[in-house]
Amino acid sequence: MYASVKKLTGWYLGVGMVALFIGGAMGPLQKLEHVGINVYPALQNVGLNSYYQGLTIHGVLNALVWTTFFIVGFLTFATVNSLERDLTHPKLNWASFYIMVIGLVMAAVPVLLNTATVLFTFYPPLQASPFYYMGLTLVVVGSWVGGWGMFLTYYAWRKENPGVQTPFIALASNITMAMWQIATLGIATEMLWLIIPWSLGWVDGIDPQLARTFFWFTGHPIVYFWLLPAYVSWYGMVPKQVGGKLFSEPLARLVFWLFLLLSIPVGLHHQYLDPSVPAGWKIVHAVLTYSLFIPSLLTAFNIIASMEIGGRARGGTGLLGWIRALPWDNPSFTAQNLAMILFAFGGIGGLTNASYNLNLVIHNTMWIPGHFHLTVGSGVTLTFFGIAYWLVPKLANKPLFSNKVALWQAWTWFAGMLLMSNGLHILGLNFGSPRRTMLGVAPYASSDWQPLLIEAALGGIILGVSGLLFYTNMLGTVFSKKTLTEEIEMPVAEPLDPHPAPAWLDTWRPWVVATVVLILVSYGPLLVNLISNLNLTSPGFNALW
Amino acid sequence: MIHVDPRERNFIIGTTILLLIFGTAVLVSSFAFGFQVPAPVERLDPKLVATPGQSPWGDPVEERVRELAPNKYEVYILAQAWNFQPREIRVPVGSTVTFMVTSKDVQHGFRLDGTNVNMMVLPGEVAKLTATFDEAGTYNFVCHEYCGVGHHTMYGQLIVEP
Ligand code: HEM
Ligand SMILES: [Cu+2]
Ligand SMILES: [Cu+2]
Repeated sequence: MYASVKKLTGWYLGVGMVALFIGGAMGPLQKLEHVGINVYPALQNVGLNSYYQGLTIHGVLNALVWTTFFIVGFLTFATVNSLERDLTHPKLNWASFYIMVIGLVMAAVPVLLNTATVLFTFYPPLQASPFYYMGLTLVVVGSWVGGWGMFLTYYAWRKENPGVQTPFIALASNITMAMWQIATLGIATEMLWLIIPWSLGWVDGIDPQLARTFFWFTGHPIVYFWLLPAYVSWYGMVPKQVGGKLFSEPLARLVFWLFLLLSIPVGLHHQYLDPSVPAGWKIVHAVLTYSLFIPSLLTAFNIIASMEIGGRARGGTGLLGWIRALPWDNPSFTAQNLAMILFAFGGIGGLTNASYNLNLVIHNTMWIPGHFHLTVGSGVTLTFFGIAYWLVPKLANKPLFSNKVALWQAWTWFAGMLLMSNGLHILGLNFGSPRRTMLGVAPYASSDWQPLLIEAALGGIILGVSGLLFYTNMLGTVFSKKTLTEEIEMPVAEPLDPHPAPAWLDTWRPWVVATVVLILVSYGPLLVNLISNLNLTSPGFNALW
Repeated sequence: MIHVDPRERNFIIGTTILLLIFGTAVLVSSFAFGFQVPAPVERLDPKLVATPGQSPWGDPVEERVRELAPNKYEVYILAQAWNFQPREIRVPVGSTVTFMVTSKDVQHGFRLDGTNVNMMVLPGEVAKLTATFDEAGTYNFVCHEYCGVGHHTMYGQLIVEP
């Protein structure tokens, strides 16, 4: 069914996975550098010039490209299959894919030529080749167009089905894309107004403080753009995969609306230590960030309860016995469940990061990569691997190459990530070791750091192996000679309570209006203040790497 | 309204209370113990900031550690790729030191070991925080924002003398 969408989704996933392969390969190299094994000189002749060029590749391809391609592909697929309605404008969705690919190539070339070694955050006045910025902008624009294709399809479905409640998966997918459209206005403004004209030499100076503020306007909600597709799977699919039901579907819908409302007006929690942002606004965003934990805590309860229903239906008994009864032999489930556990640790660390003054202790230390490898590097990435274990066979119409390899993959990721993130967290917390730094040659690095660096490096190598297992499986599946005997269906969880959710959980206008108002209140005065004191004084620096 | 299972309702109430407690603790401690985060000071032109006579960071390095009163110091640190100037600061034990840091080129970071002094250093902006040093010793301050290929060599030391 929906052959065209299958093909499109396959392409999005394929490009995303190639990106992650290259970007991910940099990870273990970074870990080796930290324990004194500098492989970069040896890699000069394949064009890798420095640790920092490698780190740029790692950040851009993993955090920006892999995620965005997988997400747009997966949510397009999920929307169509959830609505059981084909795309209204498939050409638009294909255009989205092509725009994203063109953007990716435009950004990748300067990165590989070492003319954009400015990391994935591209803080000005470090100045990369203009193609880097234009390419990244096109990736975002392409993802918008993909969202429009989804919205038009959803709109048509609504017209065709008056009075019918939107299926959960389609609603959640569309809310995620809508949030992304609003959230990316920050980065779009930063690029189009400040950075691109300046990198082209049309204007002399840039305002780094204002640029950072626009960047983090998008930079926090981007993490929810990564996470919400994983939540779509955890709420909408995993309960079915474990033979359970979605414990409270109305609350699941509410959670998505709350993420639309609260993901954006919290970006200043990344700027607690910025010089020219008033402390009062930092506190406002700190409080809003705390409220953002509520939908996550709702999620924890709801998903665990849904899995418990499955575990008990499969014969599990007792307080914890249902956990053993879950289908641990199913790699799609196992990967996602381990992703949830790692994500829970990441969430707890996130509470620390968000805590205004505690942030002083860990800001820009190795604690931060320790934190986000649990979230985007595991909660999201390992969940996407879990999704790929059913989705890629479905798209390729071939059975998964090996269940066993997939299970090993999930568990090795879990083990490797525990080691790596534990080491990184402690380095940051106890020793303040800076992130984004060649710790292996830093003159101030202390021998006390060694055991932790070694622990983290060991974890990084296990993760590298785990990554290889994933790619073995994907290639083995796609190039297999077997074909599926029966078609795989997208898992769709049924709600425990069959009564439809109330209408206000299926109504867009009030939520969108409230979102815009909250953004204006939380960002408006600060932006007016920064823009009326515009400081376009910084020239670009493009020869520091 | 939505039907919510009583156990789930209790969970929601419980965790919300927990968050309220955490949040209050964070805010109260900020005020009660005087934790500061950087706040706006002034906006400068980074092209002129190191020019003598144009700004305190244009003064000779040796004059940029200023004793305002006994045991009360102000330090004007200029960050640039890839060093801090001054890169060595000496103060007597018991001193309260206010750090005023700006950059003349790209973004940098400034984190002083053993204290809560941690800030982003941006060209055109002044990052300012204060700390008191009750123990003699050598404290590193390290650049923690990527600033080019020499980033990992960028640090300095505060020496608190007995
Ligand atoms: C093979 C597994 C991986 C290893 C061993 C690894 C290792 C590392 C290390 C050591 C750093 C810190 C470098 C530094 O601050 O100097 C880092 C940064 C980072 N990693 Fe990974 N990583 C892996 C996978 C991933 C994945 C799957 C993602 C996301 C999807 C990811 C996203 C990032 C990002 C966004 C950064 C920050 C880059 C920056 O600071 O500019 N990593 N990684
Ligand atoms: Cu954030
Ligand atoms: Cu630096």
